[in-house]
Amino acid sequence: MNLEFIGQTLVTLLAGIPITLELAALAIAGGALLGFAIALMRLSQHPFLYVSAWLYVQIIRSTPLLVLLFLIYYGLGQFSALRSSFLWPVLKQAYWCAVIALVINGSAFAAEIFRGGLLSVGRKEVEAARACGMSGILLYRRIVFPLAIRQALPAYSNEMVAMVKATSLASLVTLMDVTGIAASIASSTYQPIPVFVAAGAIYLLINTLLTRAVRALEYRLTPHLRPAQYATASAVTEAGVTPT
Amino acid sequence: MTTAVRLQNIHKRFGALEVLRGITLEAQEGEVLSLLGSSGSGKSTLLRCINMLEIPNDGDVWVAGEAVKFRAGRQGQSRTVDTAQIDRLRSRIGMVFQSFNLWPHLTILENVIEAPIHVLKRPRSECIQEARDLLERVGIGDKAQYYPAHLSGGQQQRAAIARALAMHPNLMLFDEPTSALDPELVGGVLRVIRSLAEEGRTMLVVTHEMAFARDVSSRVIFLHKGEVEADGPPEDVFTNSSSPHFQQFLGREARTE
Repeated sequence: MNLEFIGQTLVTLLAGIPITLELAALAIAGGALLGFAIALMRLSQHPFLYVSAWLYVQIIRSTPLLVLLFLIYYGLGQFSALRSSFLWPVLKQAYWCAVIALVINGSAFAAEIFRGGLLSVGRKEVEAARACGMSGILLYRRIVFPLAIRQALPAYSNEMVAMVKATSLASLVTLMDVTGIAASIASSTYQPIPVFVAAGAIYLLINTLLTRAVRALEYRLTPHLRPAQYATASAVTEAGVTPT
Repeated sequence: MTTAVRLQNIHKRFGALEVLRGITLEAQEGEVLSLLGSSGSGKSTLLRCINMLEIPNDGDVWVAGEAVKFRAGRQGQSRTVDTAQIDRLRSRIGMVFQSFNLWPHLTILENVIEAPIHVLKRPRSECIQEARDLLERVGIGDKAQYYPAHLSGGQQQRAAIARALAMHPNLMLFDEPTSALDPELVGGVLRVIRSLAEEGRTMLVVTHEMAFARDVSSRVIFLHKGEVEADGPPEDVFTNSSSPHFQQFLGREARTE
């Protein structure tokens, strides 16, 4: 194993980072949005909404992401109606198939995490908001969601790390992300160990930065959980209230 | 005098348990009503029926002359209300809870300005200025930038009172405001409530503080098993009430005090 080769490989792999990050960012953002909607459906009083949301979560959670990805990438083209529809320009691209599979997969896990977060919001805080005349979207936006997100964030950071790693599956449907490039170098140089160690190091770096960022966000959002002397100053500027 | 609240034949059931059995009650503007009764007598439920945190199964409610509009529920379900009307009425009714119910992720100042800004849509700077004055008034002007968890129970309850006052309510509801407090913190909170009574605010106070009920309220209502057993000025009710339940209740309260 020579260091020069590892160094060269790392440089070549850098070209795959943008696509890995794009896939991860779209998967995390899309998964969170869809997951939030599904969590709300799960918690609604309407039988059709919560049964269908429950079914969705059960099915998606239990299906391997790779199976889902192959179904979308290889399977959708079997339907001629779809091939002639306006969706085809998007669905024929491996990139969007990977994004869709990641979003769907991520949304099921996100839905469960957000459901837990929403259930953790206390009756008392909600009642106080109602007593002030808040309801519906305003109540959710100002009180329920801010409290739920604080509860859900630590668990969701695990899910984000899992999502970054899951993007590597996209290499199996021809995408040249970090793993895709690594696989092609490995097969042309017959040196899988240094190549995949280098690829692993890149994922380690991405996930380290990601978890740090989430921790920093968590810290900013939870001054109320720290002793008073560490809590007061930052909090006020966050909300845009000018101290006198 | 105009009527601030009118309750007509209010019934409330939780499953098979009938908590309120036909309560009729009126409060005029400027009156301070103390609602007394042993636990389970329905006094908190009655208070919560005024701002529809509990929807009565039967009976009518008027707040500031406006009738609450009820719609019949579906088969076997209780009635519903018009959300827009209830939100509007609630924004004019201040409520103070037994366990404060401050929003833990917001500072004390943010707790106070939250609803004026987002429900009443008033300008932020004006709300902040007013919130500071209110916090000063309830004696925690120096705590504006703290979070609820950093305050004592008494300070939290005073913050909750400031939060309710920030909405400029026509009516204040207090649901056992001192019951969750350590004994040495009760006095400070009661002084604040007393000062509100003295400026002529209309208030309904569910309380176990007999001295407060006797000295501060203009009327005392005694509930027993979901019905009004005594209703009148404190001097009449405390000295002349013929209700044997009220005498028993007073005896029990005196022993625990």
